[in-house]
Amino acid sequence: MTLLSVDDLSIALPKGADRELAVKDVSFTLEKGEILCIVGESGSGKSMSANALMGLLPEGVRSAGGTIMFGGRNLLDLSETEMLSLRGCEISMIFQEPLSALNPLMRIGDQIAEVFEAHDLLTPRTRRARALELLQEVGLPDPETTIRAYPFQLSGGQRQRVVIAMALALEPQILVADEPTTALDVTTQAQILDLIEELRRKRGMAVLFITHDFGVVADIADRVIVMQSGEVVEAGVADTVLLTPTHPYTRALLDAIPGLAFTGTPRAATEGKPILSVRDLSMTFRTRTSGFFAKPRVVRAVKDVSFDLQKGETIGIVGESGSGKSTLGRCLARLLTPEKGVVKIGGQDISHIKGRALHAHRRRIQMVFQDPFSSLNPRARIGTILTDGLIAYGSDKASARARAAELLTLVDLDPSAMERYPHEFSGGQRQRVGIARALALEPEVIIADEAVSALDVSIQAQVLDLLADLKDRLNLSMIFITHDLRVASQVCDRIIVMQRGEMVEFGPLVQVLGDPQTVYTQSLLDAIPGKAHEKALAAQKEAAL
Amino acid sequence: MLGFIAARLVKAVFILLAILVLNFVLIHAAPGDPAAVMAGEAGAADEKFLQDLRERFGLDQPFAMQLWTYMRGAVQLDLGYSYRQQMPVAELIWDRLPATLLLTATAFVISIVLGVTAGVLAAQAQGTWWDTLISAVALIFYATPLFWVALMASLLFSVVLGWLPGFGYQTIGANYTGLDRVLDVGKHLILPASTLGLFFTAIYMRMTRASMLEVSRLDFVKTARAKGLRNSVIQRRHVLRNALLPVITLAGLQAGQIVGGAVLTETVFAWPGIGRLMFEAISQRDYNVILGVFFISAAMVLLFNLVTDILYGIVDPRIRIAT
Repeated sequence: MTLLSVDDLSIALPKGADRELAVKDVSFTLEKGEILCIVGESGSGKSMSANALMGLLPEGVRSAGGTIMFGGRNLLDLSETEMLSLRGCEISMIFQEPLSALNPLMRIGDQIAEVFEAHDLLTPRTRRARALELLQEVGLPDPETTIRAYPFQLSGGQRQRVVIAMALALEPQILVADEPTTALDVTTQAQILDLIEELRRKRGMAVLFITHDFGVVADIADRVIVMQSGEVVEAGVADTVLLTPTHPYTRALLDAIPGLAFTGTPRAATEGKPILSVRDLSMTFRTRTSGFFAKPRVVRAVKDVSFDLQKGETIGIVGESGSGKSTLGRCLARLLTPEKGVVKIGGQDISHIKGRALHAHRRRIQMVFQDPFSSLNPRARIGTILTDGLIAYGSDKASARARAAELLTLVDLDPSAMERYPHEFSGGQRQRVGIARALALEPEVIIADEAVSALDVSIQAQVLDLLADLKDRLNLSMIFITHDLRVASQVCDRIIVMQRGEMVEFGPLVQVLGDPQTVYTQSLLDAIPGKAHEKALAAQKEAAL
Repeated sequence: MLGFIAARLVKAVFILLAILVLNFVLIHAAPGDPAAVMAGEAGAADEKFLQDLRERFGLDQPFAMQLWTYMRGAVQLDLGYSYRQQMPVAELIWDRLPATLLLTATAFVISIVLGVTAGVLAAQAQGTWWDTLISAVALIFYATPLFWVALMASLLFSVVLGWLPGFGYQTIGANYTGLDRVLDVGKHLILPASTLGLFFTAIYMRMTRASMLEVSRLDFVKTARAKGLRNSVIQRRHVLRNALLPVITLAGLQAGQIVGGAVLTETVFAWPGIGRLMFEAISQRDYNVILGVFFISAAMVLLFNLVTDILYGIVDPRIRIAT
């Protein structure tokens, strides 16, 4: 039974945007009880389409044609009041960022009860009882405590469960999920996907699932729509689209997904003097709460980490959020001063040096950061960003600029980029600038902290290629921090698995990912989405041979 | 929460003591000899008379001794003696404090209520001529010198229109009691309190407007809309409550300014508060009174700040529960 049918939907962007229509002539149907995935990269118009269903288009954006038929009515023709009674009741929505999707000043119970209140249903007492049932249903432990908690007292996964509970409160016919697992760790993502799948089965609800991740698509979709620059380029049953894509864009996207494959010969751990040697490194954060006698909150972010990095080697540090991997990276780069332990680079201990000695050392370890938008000063030209470091280390302006031009060529950007500002570049291009900046001082070690996590898959693949290429050409030694095991498997020679600040596993890539020794590593591997698809793909290849 | 308040109180006491010392040192570092001023006014400036004065008021003691005497008195709320007014300073201040508290508190409430309301309206009407109008009016009051607004308000409402009394705290000689007295003081309060309040309204208005617009873009507001809540409920319950957090911080910081602004307002409107007392004391070099007023206004600022902190704790569970 067709619940919802979208025909020739177009959505216009305000004047001055990069294109006229965010969404152009999009048509699809949603059947009762099915999960339909809309896949695409940033700017493909997938979220706009979802927001249009809810009548929640951003300011200045309006529909410019087509119909969205639901229950015999065209949603685009409904007044705001009519949409109000529909929202949360017939169609509900969950969003990407569980950390910010809840009002920080309201208790969880009140936020759930609000859904009933908005539609004038139930009495305050029964609302609370229903909220408890819902929290139970979405699998939150101890609903009695959770209902009185504030959002900041819950983890990201728990908050996403609360958001789902709110969306389910009035038993909607359609759930629109806009990248609901993108901000979560893999293990939490797997749990949330299971939950959505289970609720769909139990309630016969239709789910419109927006995502950029084909792994997630493979795990839960019945049917798929692929969007590119506002248009549908391919649509069909999930297995067909994933295994025999017809449109080149779909194929390109599928090819760009990093597989969990241990391709290439792992670099033999070169014996000899390591370039970076870490012994018993620990870092503890103490936050003083106010009150003279209150105990400070102590978080042991990194506990007794030891390893050696050889010249030309890449070590991956993987783990979930809060596992201490970024803190470890920052201690190595001396953006933080470690509490104890030794960090030797080229034989010199830099863990506690200060002043001049630290300044002299800084150029030896450089970092590439996660967010290509906030890691470049928006008021500085690319030329300034690249030459600042060189000039700080005594280069004259002319030779620094010549070097900057060389670096831009090295990362496949035009040297004319020097005169431009960061906002004139795309995310992928900015990350290239970030890499060029890190290379400017010819460091001995590069620390890449989630350097490709914020990028679309196709861009991610390009940046990973660039890193691999630079690594070969410049014989770089690298620490590669990531939450994504698939990415780690593409670039790393050896892997450190971290859990709650501790190194739980360390060894060559093939050994750690191929034959994990701890339950934790195994659970990280199990949670990677799209494994069934990979198997099917492998079978397909085998059959073709 | 109680521990949090207790810690703030202990800190406040230390800050007050530090302010006492600092004020005392500053006054003594300034050029001028109070004995010479007093002698000059008495018209007898011979060396013997000066010496007598110095001995009488302990001015011949070493500096550390003078400080010690002052501090010992201050902690017992003895702030010294005013040579000019022939009265203990503490008594002078206690007489005037209620008038100042009434004026500053009323102005504070006016500025916050008006500022937040105007800010909310401007944010709702973002980009329309309403928004521009509200911002412009608020800015005019902010950009115009306080004493000038005070003079003009007095001229218009008191002299020209004759609606409100233009100066003083109550009608002299009327000797009202009960409700009549409250109404009489209230009438006198309107002009000075609104003049002082309007000056600060612009700041709260701008802050509330910016903060409302910022919060409106946050994800939880989208969640609230997806629930099907009416816009008025979303604005009040989700947007405004969160938008008020920075406004509260600002209010704490502005409290000191409003005490400072009271000096001007009280002078123009002949309001018998400590602001005017300070103005008179400065022009008469009445050091003990100046020190006393500094001390009391510092204490008032600390009190306002403490109230802000507590209020912040009540509004934001992240602070209340985490501490």
